[in-house]
Amino acid sequence: MLQIDGTSTDGAPTARQRWLRLLSHAPLELLESAIGTLAGPNPQWLRRPETGLVMVQGRIGGTGARFNLGEVTVTRCALRTDPARIACREVGVAYVLGRSGRHAELAATADALLQDSSARTHVPADLLEHISAWLENKHAKRRAQAHATRVEFFTIARESAGEPAAQEAP
Amino acid sequence: MMSQAERLSEMDLRTVSGAFGEPVLGSQAVFRSALSAFSRPGRIQTVTSDAQNPPGTGAAAAALLLTLLDPDCTLWLAPRLACGPANAWLRFHTGCRIVADPAAARFAWSDADQLPSLSRFALGSEFEPELSCTCVVEVQALEQQHGWRLRGPGIQDRHHLAVTGLAAGFFAEWQANHALFPRGVDLLLCTGQQVAALARTTEMEA
Repeated sequence: MLQIDGTSTDGAPTARQRWLRLLSHAPLELLESAIGTLAGPNPQWLRRPETGLVMVQGRIGGTGARFNLGEVTVTRCALRTDPARIACREVGVAYVLGRSGRHAELAATADALLQDSSARTHVPADLLEHISAWLENKHAKRRAQAHATRVEFFTIARESAGEPAAQEAP
Repeated sequence: MMSQAERLSEMDLRTVSGAFGEPVLGSQAVFRSALSAFSRPGRIQTVTSDAQNPPGTGAAAAALLLTLLDPDCTLWLAPRLACGPANAWLRFHTGCRIVADPAAARFAWSDADQLPSLSRFALGSEFEPELSCTCVVEVQALEQQHGWRLRGPGIQDRHHLAVTGLAAGFFAEWQANHALFPRGVDLLLCTGQQVAALARTTEMEA
């Protein structure tokens, strides 16, 4: 169960970090059906959706020195929600992978609403769980696909264990 | 890496208002005003911008900095502006870095009454005079019917500029700044939607 509040426990991601992650990974159709009507035609843009490159860094084994892994396409925006639609003073921010400005806009709208204790009720209560379940399902499918192609290298293990190497190509 | 102090907090973000509706066209129009101001020092130009400048700041000054700054720029803010919403507004929209030392800044934004001595800003070097500071100063009023007589590049004969709000010692400071050429700071004097530039080449007579 995901907590929707601004509290932060030491080291662990805050509730906001968790929902920002989920919103940025959510499929556009799911966001469109849940947030699409709340977004309104005239959000107050602090930063219109803009697409650029972000350098992703990695660490080997999670502990080595940082190295640049490669650039990814990211779309970001910041907004206040359309005042004609919902009264909410918070600023919503979104960074999403890819080029979808609409995805960024919907994610930022949801972020703004979730931060405001009175406007939060407009967001479907089960939205985050839906996204979470959808993501889990997607990852499970990928794991299953990858698992089907898994190769067990028993042969090599047996060969190296004692068979003569005579059959090897010169 | 960005330090904790430079990061925008949620509280900062809450005070941020919008920038140009059309970032490209908006900043080009304002850049044109800055260009006109520096090519005709002392002539008052009108800056048109739809950016929502932070409360307590002038429209022209805010729009000029929004146009001129980028993440490579360092900016010094006068104490009043540094603790107001202008700080977060510029950092959010331009990505500029705020510095505490005027000598380390490529740009500065100050009210006329909080403007430090011009010699405290970066003046550039003989080899790299372009590294000097460009100061945006908010003054109370600009008038070109009377006041100082200005001469120099961009001024055909001479013309007048009266500035209300600058400290009494400014005239002497400007003489010293002018004498440093090719080093020296450039000023953009702003009030409301108006801007007039004083380039380091501009001679000033009382």
